[in-house]
Amino acid sequence: MEKNQAEKTINIKINNIAAKAKEGQSILEATKEIGVNIPTLCYLKGMNEIGACRICIVEVKGTKNLVASCVTPVEEGMEILTNSPRVKASRKTTLELLLSTHRKDCLSCVRSGECELQALCKQFGVEDENRYKGAMPKYRQDCSTLHLIRDNSKCILCRRCEAACKNQHVAVIGANNRGFDTQIGCAFEKDLNEVPCISCGQCIVNCPTGALRERDSCGAVMEAINNPQKVVVVHTAPSIRVSLGESFGLNIGANVKGKMVSALRRLGFDKVFDTDFGADMTIVEEANEFVNRIKNNGTLPMITSCCPGWVKFCEHYYPELLENLSTCKSPQQMLGAIIKTWYAEKHNLDAKNIVVVSVMPCTAKKFEIAREYQSAAGSPDTDYTLTTRELVRMIKSACIDFKNLADEDFDPLLGVSTGAGTIFGTTGGVMEAALRTASDILSGGPQRNIEYKEIRGTDAIKEATYKIGGENIKVAVVSGLSNAVKILDKVKAGECEYHFIEVMSCPGGCVNGGGQPIQPSGVRNFADLKATRAKGLYEEDKNLPLRKSHENPTIKVIYETFLGEPCSRQAHKILHTKYTKRSKF
Amino acid sequence: MKKKISSVKFKGTKEQEAKLLGVINKYKELPGAVMPILQEAQNIYGYLPIEVQTIIADRLDLPLREIFSIATFYSQFSLSPRGKYEVSVCLGTACYVKGSDKILEKVRSILHIDTEECTTDGKFSLTSCRCIGACGLAPVMTINDDVYSRLKPDAVEDILKKYM
Repeated sequence: MEKNQAEKTINIKINNIAAKAKEGQSILEATKEIGVNIPTLCYLKGMNEIGACRICIVEVKGTKNLVASCVTPVEEGMEILTNSPRVKASRKTTLELLLSTHRKDCLSCVRSGECELQALCKQFGVEDENRYKGAMPKYRQDCSTLHLIRDNSKCILCRRCEAACKNQHVAVIGANNRGFDTQIGCAFEKDLNEVPCISCGQCIVNCPTGALRERDSCGAVMEAINNPQKVVVVHTAPSIRVSLGESFGLNIGANVKGKMVSALRRLGFDKVFDTDFGADMTIVEEANEFVNRIKNNGTLPMITSCCPGWVKFCEHYYPELLENLSTCKSPQQMLGAIIKTWYAEKHNLDAKNIVVVSVMPCTAKKFEIAREYQSAAGSPDTDYTLTTRELVRMIKSACIDFKNLADEDFDPLLGVSTGAGTIFGTTGGVMEAALRTASDILSGGPQRNIEYKEIRGTDAIKEATYKIGGENIKVAVVSGLSNAVKILDKVKAGECEYHFIEVMSCPGGCVNGGGQPIQPSGVRNFADLKATRAKGLYEEDKNLPLRKSHENPTIKVIYETFLGEPCSRQAHKILHTKYTKRSKF
Repeated sequence: MKKKISSVKFKGTKEQEAKLLGVINKYKELPGAVMPILQEAQNIYGYLPIEVQTIIADRLDLPLREIFSIATFYSQFSLSPRGKYEVSVCLGTACYVKGSDKILEKVRSILHIDTEECTTDGKFSLTSCRCIGACGLAPVMTINDDVYSRLKPDAVEDILKKYM
């Protein structure tokens, strides 16, 4: 509903109880407001409103057929039954029919316990999972990419992945063919690695079942941990601390940094560092790159490069803007590079014996670590990257009592970070962090104002102009690639005067990344995951003693003793990268 | 039935492409332009291979997969070219009870293709149809405009050889 539209209240009856509803509201939403939930499967608010799965059906007096409550607006005098025997029987039959073609290896399925189909079967008392016998075609799993595995034998054709992919302006997967032959796939039945997928993983977090999952690196990481020859170093992205707790029964957005560090030590990692350090490093390089571009008439607007989904998107769909991309590696890769060069040297370690593991809110990071020009020490900057979900599985399988762990701190040196690094995890954070540093450089000294509130919040597109060192710096912050496209098209057409643009693939930034804990649609549709998780990051930033990346003491040491100046030749060798033009089809 | 994707090499000409671009320009601005464009593209090329669908996707600024999903949804669209000789076996009621399924099976095994497919040399394509109105002559098979009637499976090989 449009916010500014005058909202008319109408009278309805839900389960024989008189209730008020707003005109235009769906039955689903109106019912939620009186404390009754209607189950959904295919429905994703604002994204997939197709009324296809028939789980949310309700009875409306005077209407012959059951109606899909997600797409039916309330009307004056409407009498709705959401729990009648007819409704319940229909839902049960729908579930039994879905199960008739579903590969039911629930005990070994990655989504067991977090599967929306499984939860509904339990809720609606499905007793015989084989009540109907449907066709069970053998599907070839798509294991072609580094980041995900698709198993159509567990797909229920809700099309949520298709909607999520389209919402990212990528649209490489969706329903092909028709009737019983319908299945989710790419054009011309190609594998995902042959089409311009950007690896963002939004399809996975929106999948209700185990049909889509991340490619798992837990086994390889445990193997490294158990190898006495290897020094296994882990670091965690800013947004992990505000999402990990959800999987252990804590509130959405709870900051569990201390428990997370304890858990990682109990898993056997030799060193636990903070990707926030890498973020600080990125900011120092990126802010200096930006200042250099301003001073030397370099290509503007400069666009951030820390989001690997966005970088791949740019390579496929906007190759003409690759010059605008910052050449800085992402925080994950910068930290990995520093661990394998500076840190290794300092501690007399052979880079070959160091295994760098990152924990990321992101599946595109799995693609990023295998990119070219990402191996400063001659071996990949990062060896393995785990999504938040994989870390959850590792913690659970190690029987760690996460909720009751005592807080511990990151290891020194590369566990030291500033508030600027912390806010990287949400949309607007990178820009704010960069401005904190750039403004100190351009103004020739520390500035007192360090909060850039205009670019905070979960709005899809945010714009602001700041007077920095006598110049008006115009910035834009976008998250979600269909929003990014609006800005990018303007840049391409030369219709905008931005100096600096932050792009994050996932709507809301990394807090809502494709590697984050999966919340069922019933939660996603009614809670603002992005804002709640982001709040935890801004709170942490506010309470940290250091809030500007260039004030990070370890970073100062690294420049003094190892890299020289920001953006120096040595810094370029270790901390910067190159991009490749890729096909749009 | 699931659409079969041909592996026959695309042999589109410059003339065909120019025609296609003309069609795209004609419908481009209209809502629902994909349907008429796909229909006319199929008329131009005889089928809708990836090369053709990619041109359409590119010019309409739509994802290729969306074009593909439309092309695979409607039975009127084919992803496989028609051969120089289009073999069609009638599976209508009369032909079927007279054993045309065995005729079809025979053609399949000789040409090594299934229905809706084309031989890799582009010579033969195979379809099944429902009644061509020659029930008195059942079972019936056509090759382009030639009609073969009262067929026995053993006769199929010699008939096909005439076209090879």
